[in-house]
Amino acid sequence: MAEKLIETNDLLEVKNLKKYFPIKGGFLKKTIGHVKAVEDVSFTIKKGETLGIVGESGCGKSTTGRTLLRLLEKTDGEVYYDGREIYGLPKDEMIKLRTKMQIVFQDPYSSLNPRKTVSQICGEALVEHGLAKKGKEVNEIVSDVIQKCGLAPYHIRRYPHEFSGGQRQRIGIARALALNPEFIVCDEPVSALDVSIQSQVINLLMDLQEEMGLTYLFISHDLSVVKHISDRIGVMYLGSLVELAPKDDLYAEPLHPYTQALLSAIPIADPTYKKKRIILKGDIPSPANPPLGCRFHTRCPYAMDKCKTEVPEFKEAKPGHFVACHLV
Amino acid sequence: MIKEKGQINENQEENLATSSKVESPWTIVGRRLRKNKLAMIGLVVITILSLAAIFAPFITGIPRDITNLANTNAPPSSEHLLGTDSLGRDMLTRLAYGGRISLTVGFVSTSLRILIGVILGGIAGYYGKGIDNVIMRIADIFSCLPFLPIAITFVAVLGPSIYNIMIVLAILGWPGIARIVRAEILSLREREFMEAATALGIGDFKKIVSHLIPNTMASIIVSATTGIASAILTESALSFLGLGVAPPTPTWGNMMYDAQSQYVLKNRWWQWVPPGIIIFLAVISLNLLGDGLRDALDPRLKQ
Repeated sequence: MAEKLIETNDLLEVKNLKKYFPIKGGFLKKTIGHVKAVEDVSFTIKKGETLGIVGESGCGKSTTGRTLLRLLEKTDGEVYYDGREIYGLPKDEMIKLRTKMQIVFQDPYSSLNPRKTVSQICGEALVEHGLAKKGKEVNEIVSDVIQKCGLAPYHIRRYPHEFSGGQRQRIGIARALALNPEFIVCDEPVSALDVSIQSQVINLLMDLQEEMGLTYLFISHDLSVVKHISDRIGVMYLGSLVELAPKDDLYAEPLHPYTQALLSAIPIADPTYKKKRIILKGDIPSPANPPLGCRFHTRCPYAMDKCKTEVPEFKEAKPGHFVACHLV
Repeated sequence: MIKEKGQINENQEENLATSSKVESPWTIVGRRLRKNKLAMIGLVVITILSLAAIFAPFITGIPRDITNLANTNAPPSSEHLLGTDSLGRDMLTRLAYGGRISLTVGFVSTSLRILIGVILGGIAGYYGKGIDNVIMRIADIFSCLPFLPIAITFVAVLGPSIYNIMIVLAILGWPGIARIVRAEILSLREREFMEAATALGIGDFKKIVSHLIPNTMASIIVSATTGIASAILTESALSFLGLGVAPPTPTWGNMMYDAQSQYVLKNRWWQWVPPGIIIFLAVISLNLLGDGLRDALDPRLKQ
């Protein structure tokens, strides 16, 4: 695949990304269908910005994040990082590129190897990529990084079980930062933490972004968290991106009926305030057998005949404000 | 500014990590094991038996194979604490030397078994799919082979020797370890820290060796301790059948083989009871130790 240079300052460009998981069944384990986890998702992320992705459980947020890091292989589509198609890269180039793209996981318990010390967890990749020598050199870098993440230098010799959930999440962030990356996928990094620790970790992520010029893809189902940290927000429903807009535009004027319903669910800390909640009917359809036409038409209060047959185009309704809906 | 925040967080969050000394997972296991009395007894007994085997020449000072036809089948006395055998050799000396062979067979064959099992199980579990299928079907075939007939054939072809016994035990025993390792790796490789390792650009070999295998050590160690016990028993059984180590080298098994006639069983208890008791002690203490290790290595117990 030819390398393509993009003129803008986009760090990452995702074009029509698809990820299907085969469903195996029967005696011979034949593929009898596909779970369409990610269907035709396109977006770009600029250098230094934070793109938030929100959506319900199972809508393909995490799969998108993992597929664009090539932790899962794509089914179709293209992912350009810094102008280079990552799925076209040979293995050794891909391994080099991994130092630039990192991920922070949701579960601070299963994401750290219980048999390794903090120094080994964060330093392993430095040794593997030949960026530092095992021993003193690695320890120095790691203790620098964990200090940036709010831990103390003497923590490097400890094991994960000696830390609390919030501290473990800091170790997970330090592991991602040790390689000095440009782009980090934050896959619900605070959902497993309690609220007081959540804000600390989010502020840490924002401080680090400022200090190191990081670019984030921030995946979450918590609307207030996403609002706090993101510059732009994408809303996903059943594997597709339904709306993508700058944060303020999206919260001020949501164009997609699903986004409207989602935003109406944010609680407001004022007991006297009566707001109109949009209650969606029915359940989220199965991604193995998504509805034809617009994927949201089964639950959309404004559904028309057209919605049942035609897939709405993901188009720019206003400058920078993309939406996939026939109404707009 | 970030550092300051770090200091504050430390005070708030740091309850778990305040203790001054660093505890590796293994120190915790050691502490839990020390609390288990039966396991400790097992450890002590097996240590004594091993030391006796290592220092066998110094226990009685009597040479192992020197026969004394003037003093055959002597009952225990102050000169020969456990009596003598049908050729007048000192039983206690031979028992100590026998430990060398029996324990070596146990440890070496189990190590070989683990080596094969961990490598094949690791590969099968990590790569899955076709490779997994091929390796596990081979494992099935090996575990279908009836042990005694195969062992007897093998030894008959290659001749009875301590090395051949070790090889037979390893070749016929690896599927058990391979299954355990594979099963653990199947679940471990789906954990997020493995995904993190991929994201960090760490190679397959290193992922298996430094991330997956250390996490399966608990089950491997437990299976190894009980495996050593059963290897000792098997060696005894093979030696008892005359397929083990050739005389005059003593093992616990062939000492019992020498004493299998009706007359000896009735009248010369010192020729068969002590080796029997020693085998029993070795096997039961290894099993107790294995049980204790299983409890100590269980990560669900936190103390």
